[in-house]
Amino acid sequence: MLYHDVLIIGGGLAGPRAAVGLCDKYNVGLLSKVYPIRSHSIAAQGGINAALANNPNGKDDTWEKHAFDTIKGSDYLSDQHAVEIMCKEAIKIVYEMEHWGCPFSRFPDGSIAQRPFGGAGYPRTCYSADLTGHVLLNTLNERATAKGVKFYPEWFVIALVTDGGQCHGVIAFDLKNGEIVPIRAKATLFATGGYGRVYFYSTNALINTGSGIGIAYKAGVPLKDMEFVQFHPTTLIGTNILMTEACRGEGGYLTNKDGERFMKRYVPSAMELAPRDIVSRSIQTEIDEGRGLEHPLGKYINLDIRHLGAQKILERLPSIRNICIDFIGIDPILEPIPIMPCQHYSMGGIDTNEKCETDIKGFYGAGECACVSVHGANRLGGNSLLETIAFGKLASFVIDEYLQNGEIKLDERLLMSKKEEMEKRIHKLIHEGNEKPYKILADLSKTMSAYVGIFRKKEELEQAVKNIAEVKERYKNVHVTSTKLHMNHELINAIELEYMLEVAHTIALGAYLREESRGAHFRRDFNTRNDADWLKHTIAKIGKDGEPVISSKKVVITNYQPMERKY
Amino acid sequence: MITASEYTFKILRYDVKESEIEPYFESYRIKVIPGLTILAVLLRIRDEIDGTLSFRSSCRSAVCGSCAMVINGKIDLACRTQVATFGSNTIILEPLPNFEIIKDLVVDMTPFWNMYEKVKPYLIRKSPDPEKEIQQSEEERKRIDQFVNCILCASCYGACPVLARDPEYIGPAALAKLERFALDSRDERAAAELEEINNDKGVWGCDMVLRCIDACPKDVRPTDSIVGLRKKLLKYKLFGKGKR
Repeated sequence: MLYHDVLIIGGGLAGPRAAVGLCDKYNVGLLSKVYPIRSHSIAAQGGINAALANNPNGKDDTWEKHAFDTIKGSDYLSDQHAVEIMCKEAIKIVYEMEHWGCPFSRFPDGSIAQRPFGGAGYPRTCYSADLTGHVLLNTLNERATAKGVKFYPEWFVIALVTDGGQCHGVIAFDLKNGEIVPIRAKATLFATGGYGRVYFYSTNALINTGSGIGIAYKAGVPLKDMEFVQFHPTTLIGTNILMTEACRGEGGYLTNKDGERFMKRYVPSAMELAPRDIVSRSIQTEIDEGRGLEHPLGKYINLDIRHLGAQKILERLPSIRNICIDFIGIDPILEPIPIMPCQHYSMGGIDTNEKCETDIKGFYGAGECACVSVHGANRLGGNSLLETIAFGKLASFVIDEYLQNGEIKLDERLLMSKKEEMEKRIHKLIHEGNEKPYKILADLSKTMSAYVGIFRKKEELEQAVKNIAEVKERYKNVHVTSTKLHMNHELINAIELEYMLEVAHTIALGAYLREESRGAHFRRDFNTRNDADWLKHTIAKIGKDGEPVISSKKVVITNYQPMERKY
Repeated sequence: MITASEYTFKILRYDVKESEIEPYFESYRIKVIPGLTILAVLLRIRDEIDGTLSFRSSCRSAVCGSCAMVINGKIDLACRTQVATFGSNTIILEPLPNFEIIKDLVVDMTPFWNMYEKVKPYLIRKSPDPEKEIQQSEEERKRIDQFVNCILCASCYGACPVLARDPEYIGPAALAKLERFALDSRDERAAAELEEINNDKGVWGCDMVLRCIDACPKDVRPTDSIVGLRKKLLKYKLFGKGKR
């Protein structure tokens, strides 16, 4: 059995940031199911928000204005004290990352460059061309290397060990050696990312299964606001690779088959820079009403950046250009980019308070897997990178405080019995059953994209919940071909699938129950926001019979009274 | 009308835990429509035909560097390589060279990361941090651009002929990383700190045959970094200490 004072799960931005904050003082271990640098944070393109007021058009920007934009963008479902913490910290965080070597793009005066993003009143998105996630993750990996953080690359956590409201550690799977290893820890932080792969159409990496969220849920940790799923307006048809919001931030147009900039019909004031939920619905409406274009890979809308000119595209959006050339054979300097909206981000997740704490002592959440909540019903572009680092950093302070205060008793027997349970489960996956994991996943993800998508209604959501119950039943009979335990990716897929089914169930059920439209959750049958009944968080907890039990929680309002969200 | 063509994928199989069985090629026949990538086919093979096949993948969009391998003799990322680009219905897949194989297309990356750590791959500052950002001109920022693009996929490491004969050579990726910091206007590492690579396991080991440049999926030119570091070391020798 291994031991660490602090165990951090996830190699994206939140995990390493927390590790860097704790490793001088504590024995920290960081587990990642891939090499940490392969985590999905690497793929973030557009930028990170902070009210630095560097942009000549944003000299009077402040963190309070950033907080207001975020709260308004969230359709008033975010917890306002948490948003304030994040926006205030944003400025320090961007400077700190810069001091650690992050190569931000610069203005001519040598300051960090900032550009406009959707839903924001000021150009406050700091960036590094269209590789912002890549440079931030490299910078944090470099810092972690400098500090000698103990990494466990390709170690996959398969269960959380809790008992009576206390977390004792995790059961992990060492992919290289194929061993199941219990790890004892006084504090465990999940920074395991989003669940994009429960959807068939998603911008997310293949590793974004949301298994961390599912593992926490199965261990009795409540989930919050799972029905709030962000659909990104612009993803490449076919592969659904993200075409960053910076394409529009830099001045790109959206046009339909008639060449019309249709956003003028939906949000004339903000046009393409309206928030993501609104732009996604506008694009989907154009396609649904027959004004999209046809391609063998599907119906699409054009994202046109040609008028920005070759020089600006090569400078500000170089990887967008390369992705278009590599993956669809189009040079966006010469041709418009065929795009469609699809699943992109999980606003909901592990229910944590503004200090990253959960219901379970010693168990914390940060980053996309957690719902603090700072994004509420809809996240603004440039706020996710910020959230990961802000709350990764905050978690390190909170965990430090926790470890300083009093004795924490860990029960090794609990870990050993959980280990045995996991061994039995894996033995069963290998030796029994006849359902292939990929088929179950395909059926699940198609259900989610078809029935729990951009536009929702009662009958479809009912159907989704029913389909999920069916695939859950089929999962009991799942079977893995290879009997070897090391580097057995099919086995990993099968283990993760169980957690994905739970995550999907809470999303569909939450969407079914929430009879209003707010942010990214749009009900055709209840198409307005209803603050009287629904200005509250949805909480999903696993019940004794294994079915989700849904309750609610108050939204924290500080300085910003809910009002109609107009752009 | 899109029609599928039948392809034969010959994939190298090996398992370090059964090292008595020599590496061999296993053939998979699969129908592929134009536009599909090697990674998409690998995923289908693992899902539908052979669950025992091992390979790495994550982003599927050429940014994470997981799936570097040898595809019909050339090193590239499987996720960005289209099956239909080869003018042949046989595709041969092998793991990255210059590494020990763990299983099938999965290699042990440990030596690569050891070399990465060796060059102190982080910004070194001696001055106190300013309250706001450390000023950097666009010009200065541009200088490090190409090295910043490195995704640490180890394609260059796999392609390097020096590493093929001398596993102690530090390799192109680590040197590119070092140059990324040595060139950064904000970095204050002493010239003496470059001494670590002032030998034939470091910058002087490079053969300058540019295979790393050819293999890089991100247009990084590690050879440029090696030339840059050599110049810095010579300057240091000629003009004495001081900063770089």
